[in-house]
Amino acid sequence: MTSNSVFTRYLPLLLLAILWEVAPRLHVVDPSELPPLSAVAMAWWGLLTDGDLWTNGVSSFINWSFGLGGAILIGIALGVLMAWYQTVDDVASPLVKALYPMPKSALIPVMILWLGLGAGSKIASIGMSCLLPVILSAYNGARGVDQALIWSARACGASEREVLWEVILPGALPEILAGIRNAVAISFIVLVASELLVGQRGLGYLISFLGEGGVYDAMFAVVITVSALGFFADRAYLYFMRRTLVWRE
Amino acid sequence: MAGSGIVFGQVSHTYRPPRGRPVLALDGVSLEVKEREFVALLGPSGCGKSTLLYLLGGFLPVETGSIAVGGKPVHGPGPDRGIVFQNYSLFPWKTVRQNVLYGLEKQRKPKAERERRAQELIELVHLKGFEDSYPSQLSGGMKQRVAIARTLAIEPETLLMDEPFGALDAQTRTLMHEELLAIMRRTPKTVVFVTHDVREAVYLADRVAVMTARPGRIKQIVETKPVGGSRTDFMHTREFGDKVDYLWNLVRDEAIKAQEANA
Repeated sequence: MTSNSVFTRYLPLLLLAILWEVAPRLHVVDPSELPPLSAVAMAWWGLLTDGDLWTNGVSSFINWSFGLGGAILIGIALGVLMAWYQTVDDVASPLVKALYPMPKSALIPVMILWLGLGAGSKIASIGMSCLLPVILSAYNGARGVDQALIWSARACGASEREVLWEVILPGALPEILAGIRNAVAISFIVLVASELLVGQRGLGYLISFLGEGGVYDAMFAVVITVSALGFFADRAYLYFMRRTLVWRE
Repeated sequence: MAGSGIVFGQVSHTYRPPRGRPVLALDGVSLEVKEREFVALLGPSGCGKSTLLYLLGGFLPVETGSIAVGGKPVHGPGPDRGIVFQNYSLFPWKTVRQNVLYGLEKQRKPKAERERRAQELIELVHLKGFEDSYPSQLSGGMKQRVAIARTLAIEPETLLMDEPFGALDAQTRTLMHEELLAIMRRTPKTVVFVTHDVREAVYLADRVAVMTARPGRIKQIVETKPVGGSRTDFMHTREFGDKVDYLWNLVRDEAIKAQEANA
């Protein structure tokens, strides 16, 4: 490849789109199982104009932002404190290690059992799933802060608390931001999975509702919407991350 | 004793790695550093000279023996003892100006004074024009000048330097030596300077304390203060060469011992 213009970069996507349109129309695949792209686009427009996409999107957004936001706040606090205080580490570390390999979606039924079918169980599922990568990144980031940096601050007269806020936290930031990126990816998976399972609201619910009703073009429209949202969330996050870490070259 | 004179009294220190057996790093080190004196701690790597500096800085607890600064025992780090590390240890997320300002902020100085003092120091270390650069955009020598400015900003009576020029190339190092001496002439301080570079020690210090291979002890203390004349002139005298040779012979044996111990 010599050229990396916008055209060549998106060429594979364009080819996929053409294939998606042509294959069902030529009955290479069953159009009732994979409706042509144009039909999906029409269905998407329909969902957008009658407000279904919007109301369910808002509902999903609320669950997502509370779950992910909570995980970020609690995860950073816990990870940094584990790195800083040996006793916190001794108590929390075995729990974190035990929970780490657990499949995130396995938490959903447990949360439903405890918190019911409403938003609470979804927020908790997302929060619990996103917590571990944030904790680990904050822990490793805080651990990795150069001892001499901490000592320099202490020699300037910084208190232990000030060192925590002014040296450990910003020092751990690059790792924390990378951890949050993983959490964002996980959050989308668990969001959709939890709404697919139960509930009467949200984009995941819309997918399962349309799928069960056999409205496959609309179902695909929602699936694509969720994928696009995930993609753009990651892009926006990457941009934010680069802006925040300008000091690294 | 008032002021910033330092007394190490029979200081021993055992390093306890998380895994493995404890290592005796320092063994009964006694040393006096007079106020406004420049003392170099010279020794092979791993001899505990940095450990001695960290104990003086209050970063490590003094478990055996005593360290007093100005007659008061050292208890934790404090702004009376500024430190400069080999790897600059600048806050990478802060600009040059913000780094220099950090200590002044911790000292709760009024804002106008902080700004004025920071600018003064940035000019002192010849970094005017780089105030808003981040450390990642600076060369090693420039980074170390920022670190020195940050430390000097809080006007410590004692300056602890942990191989501060060890990571710099030879030319930059020589220039930094001259700058450090110029700064010390303007604002004299008590300095404890850790190095394994014999010439650097003789050139900068009033006295050089040679340390043995681990466990570190003071092997010998050698006067290196030039009698009259400047240090730059001193460097070209026969006496300078003799001191360097003499000290090198002392260090050489210890460096060989240290190598054998590590082999």
